[in-house]
Amino acid sequence: MSFDLQAVIDSLKSNSPDTILDIKAFRNETTLLIKKEKIQEFCQYLKNNFDFKFIVDITAVDYLERKTPRYEVVYYLHRFGPEYSENVRIRLKVEVPEEDTRVLSVTPVWSGANWLEREVYDLFGIEFVGHPDLRRILMPEEYDAHPLRKDFDVRNREPSKRCFEKDLKEGESGTS
Amino acid sequence: MGVNTNPVLGGDGFITTKLSSFANWARKNSLWPMPFGTACCAIEMMGVFASRFDLSRFGAEVVRFSPRQADLMIVSGTITYKMASVCRKIYDQMPEPKWVIAMGSCTCGGGPFDSYAVVQGIDEFLPVDVYVGGCPPRPEALIDAVMKIQKKIEREGAPIV
Repeated sequence: MSFDLQAVIDSLKSNSPDTILDIKAFRNETTLLIKKEKIQEFCQYLKNNFDFKFIVDITAVDYLERKTPRYEVVYYLHRFGPEYSENVRIRLKVEVPEEDTRVLSVTPVWSGANWLEREVYDLFGIEFVGHPDLRRILMPEEYDAHPLRKDFDVRNREPSKRCFEKDLKEGESGTS
Repeated sequence: MGVNTNPVLGGDGFITTKLSSFANWARKNSLWPMPFGTACCAIEMMGVFASRFDLSRFGAEVVRFSPRQADLMIVSGTITYKMASVCRKIYDQMPEPKWVIAMGSCTCGGGPFDSYAVVQGIDEFLPVDVYVGGCPPRPEALIDAVMKIQKKIEREGAPIV
């Protein structure tokens, strides 16, 4: 018997109407807009009951001056077979306002989310509450900007230069 | 009495030169490169070291992965600001005399990456001797760069004309 995503979505919608704010289906891709406070709980529910055991990716979008709330955090979930037709992907979105960029972490649900959330934190400055180790992952530790935000000039090398010069100074005083 | 029959040298002849010229001659024919490969240019650099192009024909086959034993740094690949301090530190660890080749567009001027993280040319923090353009440069271009370094070493200490 194949996995019926539509039936799952229908049951989710009727069971938790205040969690799922919107459902979009486009070219066999399903996107659910989830209430921000419920994301961790909802992911746990999907994992436990419908075998969405794999977090493919977590990313974010900055809709500066295009939309409020400004940010969206996007989760790609995958469910493995066993049949080919039972391989299902689903996309979850959470809207994050500019004033309060905190979202509940899903690392307690999938430990694979750890570095993905660190990346989103690094580049977009979205804080994941309950993350065990929320540090920058790509940019230098003392970097003081979030470069993928739309109000950050992509050619602005000043923050990088500051970190580089600091690194050089520390290198001179330390053992080289 | 011809040069080749000198009995003191066992019949092998002799050469007269200056000590500095002799040192330059030795240096230029035994460059020990330190490969600093961070991206696709490094693959091309490996091609230069391998048998088809064979940099050992120019005396530079002893690739040292320790900067302490190298005198030619080949920076091949995009250098980000996060990597730049590492690159500089490795350069500082190399003993004098030392030379630097900037291989590829990225190291020469940032290449296509006009972004917040990428150094726009490694001459921002390293004294570069030879720039090699291209994305990536052909192996012949890198060989040419090594030969240019050799020429530069040859002239080291010579009076400026």
